[in-house]
Amino acid sequence: MRVLYSLAIVLALMLLAYTGVEVLPGGRTLFGVVLPWLAFVTFLFFFVAKIVDWAKSPVPFRIPTTCGQENSLPWIKQNKLDCPSTTAGVWGRMFLEIFLFRSLFRNTRAEIHEGPKLVYGSSKYLWLFGLMFHYSFLVIVLRHMRLFTNPVPFFVHALEFGDGFLQVGAPPIYITDLVFLGAVTFLFLRRVVLPAIRYISLPADYFPLFLIFGIGLTGVAMRYFFRVDVISIKTLTHGLVTFQFSAPLESISSLFFVHLFLVTTLMAYFPFSKLMHLGGVFLSPTRNMANNSRMVRHINPWNDPSIKPHSYAAYEDDFREFMVEAGLPVEKELEPKADENAPAASE
Amino acid sequence: MADTKVGPMSLSVAKDPSLMTGAIPAKDWMDTPAIFKPGNYCYPGKKEIAAYHGKNLPGKFGESRDWKVEEDDWKLPENWKEIIINGIKERLDKFRSFKIFMDCCVRCGACADKCHFFLGTGDPKNMPVLRAELLRSVYRNEFTKAGKILGRFAGAREMTFGVLKEWFMYFYQCTECRRCSVFCPYGIDTAEITMMAREILHLVGVNTNWILEPASNSNRTGNHLGLQPHTFKENAEFLLDDIETVTGVRLNSLNFNRKGAEILFVIPSADVFAEPGIFTFMGYLLMFEHIGLDYTISTYSSEGGNFGLFTNNELMKKLNGKIYAEAKRLGVKWILGGECGHMWRVLHQYMDTMNGPTDFLQVPKSPITGTVFENAASTKMVHISEFTADLIKHGKLKLDPSRNNHRKVTFHDSCNPARAMGLLEEPRYILKNVCNNFYEMPENTIREQTFCCGSGTGLNTGEIMDLRMRGGLPRANAVKHVHDKHGVNMLSCVCAIDRATLLSLMQYWNPDVEVCGISELVGNALIMEGEQVRETGLRSEPLEGMEG
Repeated sequence: MRVLYSLAIVLALMLLAYTGVEVLPGGRTLFGVVLPWLAFVTFLFFFVAKIVDWAKSPVPFRIPTTCGQENSLPWIKQNKLDCPSTTAGVWGRMFLEIFLFRSLFRNTRAEIHEGPKLVYGSSKYLWLFGLMFHYSFLVIVLRHMRLFTNPVPFFVHALEFGDGFLQVGAPPIYITDLVFLGAVTFLFLRRVVLPAIRYISLPADYFPLFLIFGIGLTGVAMRYFFRVDVISIKTLTHGLVTFQFSAPLESISSLFFVHLFLVTTLMAYFPFSKLMHLGGVFLSPTRNMANNSRMVRHINPWNDPSIKPHSYAAYEDDFREFMVEAGLPVEKELEPKADENAPAASE
Repeated sequence: MADTKVGPMSLSVAKDPSLMTGAIPAKDWMDTPAIFKPGNYCYPGKKEIAAYHGKNLPGKFGESRDWKVEEDDWKLPENWKEIIINGIKERLDKFRSFKIFMDCCVRCGACADKCHFFLGTGDPKNMPVLRAELLRSVYRNEFTKAGKILGRFAGAREMTFGVLKEWFMYFYQCTECRRCSVFCPYGIDTAEITMMAREILHLVGVNTNWILEPASNSNRTGNHLGLQPHTFKENAEFLLDDIETVTGVRLNSLNFNRKGAEILFVIPSADVFAEPGIFTFMGYLLMFEHIGLDYTISTYSSEGGNFGLFTNNELMKKLNGKIYAEAKRLGVKWILGGECGHMWRVLHQYMDTMNGPTDFLQVPKSPITGTVFENAASTKMVHISEFTADLIKHGKLKLDPSRNNHRKVTFHDSCNPARAMGLLEEPRYILKNVCNNFYEMPENTIREQTFCCGSGTGLNTGEIMDLRMRGGLPRANAVKHVHDKHGVNMLSCVCAIDRATLLSLMQYWNPDVEVCGISELVGNALIMEGEQVRETGLRSEPLEGMEG
């Protein structure tokens, strides 16, 4: 249900864009210029707003998850990357986390057998496909910079050259296109095939996958199967960033507008969704803090100095007789008893 | 002992249909209600105890009342939903971690099979991701645009009594062990989420007695058992007789509440009271006598463990405050802490922030080796394993590890020292020096990947034994592995809760394996001046070659 629902929405979005540009007067301007701009502004504004909102809340305690040996005695080798105690170490840890998905690399798979016997196997698939997905996505986004720049920067040329080095097909097939579609497919199949993952998945998990897959598919279709007017498209896209709206919109294929509308949707959806993990991963207190809380005092801005421990004086008042009797030192001696026969305090 | 015998339990965990054994739940988790029955929940806090906490920290513990978990009326305040939503709001503003962890999860499922409670129960809501979703769903409904507009499509749902019941069930089936957070690509820490949820539950008076009562004892008497000063002292001194019987040496250095001592020694109080903690305590005392340490133990601050951690940060701060207050009153130079897991979570990650700065103390320096503990320069508190490892490294302990030859030892990394401190090598170094037979459990079950005993965070209460035996299964299973392979018969650890809970766990799953603190093995190995020929270990068990 959740799967079909999400798929239906993405298909509906595609149909909407298609009919919009085919039927609606001014539809091409709407889907080619107005909505992309609105979505871009939405993306920027709410992305920043979310980060600011996170940053507004303090980090009251220093709570890194330590995944290796602490810095203690000089002859014990510290694990400086998984349990950093310095800023440099934290940078290292964050680099591994953000660029190499360090934590996901630890992944294991547990099974229970008769006995009972639990076994844990290595499970690197999620890490591998996650990494492939994110990096191919990144390369594809960077490659698209050729549409927004003039002259095209050298690194875009370099990426295109490297990405197409297989020299198969005309135009040459980009490796990242294949990897991207393959990885998204894997991430989707994993969600529907593994029972536990299917059980935790929300429509909000399937929707972005379909959306991104749709973007990839329409992009690939334009490049390899249905040739589109690249010159006009570049006039449009370059115009979007230089505010020159003179592109011959009528000569651009509807397929392009479908592709663009899915990207538009992704941008507008991004800051309100789980995709914000892009920003959150930088701010996660269990990863971006040094494990030096006994070395350097961490300040909690809302620490309440009025919360005091039950005082020693009150404690001694409670138990003074017992303490004296047991030979424990006291601050205040017992008052001499007025009446020798007064009953002793009971326990 | 657990209600279910180990035989049927073994079959049940491996065969009964559950998400762990491959069965797919028929209903969506949002449509699966939490049903309480005897054995699957902790008893609620007694009225007078909840009232005592409420008096000390107004507003944080809700209305005190008698209530029953299985009944449909929990006698909640009329505006309980409002209190809860405001409670979430307040914590979102106070804890960045909470906000980020509510927003960032992509439900990749890497955490799913990392939780000991999930591995032992197969209950989908024990997957850390779903445990968090229990709260996240309400967060989305109240605080996110997507949740407000799209509702269930975006994974949002309203706060209802049914949700509250779920929270009480599953945030008390999490031991805040942080294992899932090791594997999460965003470092989402379920411990943090459980802490928030428990703080919020306490606001409407939904609590458990096994946490509130020890916390109230700790506040008034200084220790969670409620031992009054004279009893605490007597219990500790009683152990001197046992030490004398075993070693032939009468220790003179044990003392209490002494002003001017160099070091304040803070222990988990169970170490003076319950087996096998008392043997750990004997180990501490033998070592201190051996090196002539100038220390004192406080009856006022006689609990390092902090049950406030399981309620809210305010009570945690209040209970923890005693340690520095006492260090100041006694005029010690620095503080040494005994073997305890969550105690060290608080000491390492919270104490200085909550109750510092400690300008009245000095940077800890071992009076025996001269080592300055720079890593504790600010809190001024050192872990006994750090201290002992340093002594051994400098050759300051005379040790005969063969006295532990009757033990084949493995080491259980306690959750908090491992994942909230990074204390991994120090205990191992000590073990390798005080015993000859040390074997590691499989790598996926130790160090930062260690499995919880299954009963931490105030869950070591008798009424949920089945649940505890299931939650502890991954740990017990790894012990069984080294027991079968190497004949391991001693599970050592650096945690007082472990010493209590692993004992029941071993009796249940691996009856041939005993449990001890590291310091007990140190005590066995220490060659004391003027000692008699040792025929037994500290628990009066015959040493190797002395069985006759």
